[in-house]
Amino acid sequence: MKENLEVILAFIIVLGALISLISAIGVIRLPDVYTRNHAASKGATLGILLILSCAFLFFWVEDGYMNARLLLGIIFVFLTAPVAGHLISRAAYYSGVPLWEKSGQDALKTKNKQGKQKQR
Amino acid sequence: MALQILLNIFLAFTWMFLGNSFTVGSLFGGYLVGLLMIYFMRRFFPNRFYLYNVIAAIKLLLLFIKELILSNIAILKIILSPKLDIKPGIFALPTELTKDWEITMLANLITLTPGTLVIDISDDRKTLYIHAMDLKDVEDSIESIKQTFEKAIKEVSRS
Repeated sequence: MKENLEVILAFIIVLGALISLISAIGVIRLPDVYTRNHAASKGATLGILLILSCAFLFFWVEDGYMNARLLLGIIFVFLTAPVAGHLISRAAYYSGVPLWEKSGQDALKTKNKQGKQKQR
Repeated sequence: MALQILLNIFLAFTWMFLGNSFTVGSLFGGYLVGLLMIYFMRRFFPNRFYLYNVIAAIKLLLLFIKELILSNIAILKIILSPKLDIKPGIFALPTELTKDWEITMLANLITLTPGTLVIDISDDRKTLYIHAMDLKDVEDSIESIKQTFEKAIKEVSRS
């Protein structure tokens, strides 16, 4: 029973590492800042989440030792990663990084133009 | 809601003092008894019975985890497909939420949903500007996801 559980936990840890690897490939492969940010903010979040929660479960099953810091780490990553993604892409947009040329509409552009006209 | 929780804890302590046994078990039992009392006295409170809000918050958390997994699968599909036939873009989404924490929750949820990332929130806090990974087929389905998220968040903050 315990061995089976450990095999499952090991499998999930490998899965988390694979997800982190694929999100790193996405950062290299995707064309512009915003799409790269998609890969970085989502893939890294789930990968780290899986690895940390499995580490928590492993020490609990193996040693009967509950490490609450791992749980806190999960909660902090869960809360802060999307905010970081939002702030980085927002800063990129306002410092004038262009979208990929194949992109469709850009609703934010029209909004900022209207704002500038109001200031004049 | 906070008032009802405080009252419940106070009732639990009263139960513990009445029973003269200071253990976690008796505190928990007193909490359950207080919960029952607050449930029967619910018409005297201005807000609704607080357990409904707690259940709504748990549902929101489960939704969060489900969307995180789904968004990762969507991203993996895009990254590992041999050809990049995506069409990114920015679209505007009007929101009905008013409080700051509600908008923050909605923005976090949207950032973790399949293929969307919040870039900016307008100054009057009525529109979210969202960068979508694949604009052509996602926009309608995303609209429906937003409706479910907004509904779940409203359910949590309803008093």
